[in-house]
Amino acid sequence: MNLAPETRSSASASGSRDSWLRRNRQTLAPWLFLAPGVIFFLFYVIFPIVQSFNLSFYRWDGLGDPQFVGMENYRELMDDRAFEVSLWNNLKWLLLYLLAIPAGLFIALFLNQTVTGIRLYKSLFFFPFVISQVVVGLVFSWFYDPTFGLLNQVLGWVGLGPLNVLGDPTLVTYGIIAAGLWPQTAYCMILYLTGLNAVDPEQVEAARLDGAKGAKMLWYVIIPQLRPATFVAFVVTIIGALRSFDLISIMTNGGPFGSSRVLSFYMFEKALSEYGFRMGYGAAIAVVLFLIMLCFIAYFLWSMYQDDKGGR
Amino acid sequence: MKTLKGTVAGLALSLGLATAAQAELSGTLKIFSDMSNPAPRAVMEGMAAEFDAMHPNLTVELTVIDREAYKTQIRNFLSANPPDVANWYAANRMRPYVSAGLFEDISDLWAEPEIADALASTKGAMTLDGKQWGVPYTYYQWGVYYREDIYNELGLEEPEDWEIFKANCQKILDSGRKCFTIGTKFLWTAGGWFDYLNMRTNGYDFHMALTNGEVAWTDDRVKQTFANWRELIDMGAFIDNHQSYSWQEALPFMVKGEAAAYLMGNFAVAPLREAGLGTDQLDFYQFPTINPDVELAEDAPTDTFHIPSGAQNKEAAREFLRFVVSADNQTKINGGAALGQLPVNSKSSVDDDEMLNQGFEMLSANSPGGIAQFFDRDAPAEMASVAMEGFQEFMVFPDNLDDILNRLEKTRERVY
Repeated sequence: MNLAPETRSSASASGSRDSWLRRNRQTLAPWLFLAPGVIFFLFYVIFPIVQSFNLSFYRWDGLGDPQFVGMENYRELMDDRAFEVSLWNNLKWLLLYLLAIPAGLFIALFLNQTVTGIRLYKSLFFFPFVISQVVVGLVFSWFYDPTFGLLNQVLGWVGLGPLNVLGDPTLVTYGIIAAGLWPQTAYCMILYLTGLNAVDPEQVEAARLDGAKGAKMLWYVIIPQLRPATFVAFVVTIIGALRSFDLISIMTNGGPFGSSRVLSFYMFEKALSEYGFRMGYGAAIAVVLFLIMLCFIAYFLWSMYQDDKGGR
Repeated sequence: MKTLKGTVAGLALSLGLATAAQAELSGTLKIFSDMSNPAPRAVMEGMAAEFDAMHPNLTVELTVIDREAYKTQIRNFLSANPPDVANWYAANRMRPYVSAGLFEDISDLWAEPEIADALASTKGAMTLDGKQWGVPYTYYQWGVYYREDIYNELGLEEPEDWEIFKANCQKILDSGRKCFTIGTKFLWTAGGWFDYLNMRTNGYDFHMALTNGEVAWTDDRVKQTFANWRELIDMGAFIDNHQSYSWQEALPFMVKGEAAAYLMGNFAVAPLREAGLGTDQLDFYQFPTINPDVELAEDAPTDTFHIPSGAQNKEAAREFLRFVVSADNQTKINGGAALGQLPVNSKSSVDDDEMLNQGFEMLSANSPGGIAQFFDRDAPAEMASVAMEGFQEFMVFPDNLDDILNRLEKTRERVY
């Protein structure tokens, strides 16, 4: 008789301890699993971003004591012509790099057939994406070489004057973008090829019965079904355009006289290259680039969230 | 009896010497070097091994780092994990580390008579704020390397003044060739042309004042330098599309005879010879006089060794620096089989090489104006990068000169 309430109370005491964990298990478990990732993300991504913001208010050569200069670095950016050039070039990259998406789609449609040896052709088209950007840059440098390059040979055949693509400040950025488009198109192509595999043959059949073909079939039936692939292609192309660096470094080193720089390259030059080591100024450039990227990232996240809400 | 005594004495002497050496140097000597190309690397490894053998109680640890990577890594290792000896360059290129207190003041070493006398010619390049911060181990001349056979064919002489220089160039142009090859993709080659034109137009002291930020870039004397440069550009003296080539990529124009000369450092000789130019095809002359009122001055970049202020074994490091600059070692490492450059010790002998002998002759007897390092070593890094970009632009679009000079002036006001 006496025993019962005692057991119950002790049971309830231990039970309350048990049940706190038990009650919160559902909420705790994900956080525990997330913890390592979150810690690493905070330490290696968020913290450096905050640090860069902070550093951009200082003048620092990487050796001595940093000196606080407030907005001075940003004020200098405002009338730095090299920065202006880099910003415009980044914009050119952003816009023209998007050509990789339709080009990739076109090649994917072309390659999406059953012909003998199609796998070989697919591999060949995909090849530029597999080789290093450095190699792509070198190959295109030789192609553009004003004296010995293939481009001028070909132009010579059709009677057009010699062109020094990488030495001409008005052409150089376009020349490098063209080189960058080569592997990027291959990337988009592979995305679309996988997307085409998932196209519903019944819908195509139905559309065909309704008399759709050619461009109409493509526009109203195929492309809507490729929406996920297009989204991914868009994301990787935008990010790829904004972080373009290696091709510029290999092909022109930012030249001639700095006319092919983009923000990431300019940041490197100012902060880390042989004649640089203006850490604060470099950080200020990096912050600007980060803010530009943030616009796109925010849009991507928002649009993914919308898709999720839509129950896809 | 006598022999025994002698032996004992000799034994005691050698023992005494050995113990003295042991007492002096022990532990490890950590050396970081940027001598990463095959020939310099072999030289550096040879020096380390020899120094190691000379001091039985000392272990020499050598780390060779790729030359380009070294330029960024030196900032980290000097402040975080300093070796006992490190390679670097003379003049303003060492200023960041001197100002940050990362290089050891070795004026005491320079006070020793062996060094003070034998290295007198390079003392200026090693001096900042009135103290010495390192020792040089090699240098090389700059000048005009030209195709002797083309000059002979056209009946041209090595020019001694600006008028003949331009007249020669005109004849070369008339024969369907370019006067000079140059590759300005990496900018510094244009700095060499500016150095010479400015030193010949305005003299060494003016050039130093300019690179030290004491003269405005919009100064009329600077404009005169560019006006002289422009004469060559307007003639079409330089190869086309030089902005797309590195200095190595510009070599074939000279090898194939499409361009007759190259204003370069002595390091261009080896690749030119390897490409097939024989002794009767390749020769050298000093950049000619432009303004007869200024004394001739030359570019001769000097590579150096330094002791980081955080070094652990400074005693051994000082001894290593003494070893590096000693006359015998200088003769050996700068010989044709090794670096193939000029020794800094005046008691060393120069390798028996046509170009090196001419260069040594020029630097020791015919450069009364002074010896400059090079544009990007005499000027602070930030000024140098903006200026050399401007030089490249000027060589392509000479009409942009005013714009370029204003930009340089703006940079000068900020940097110094």
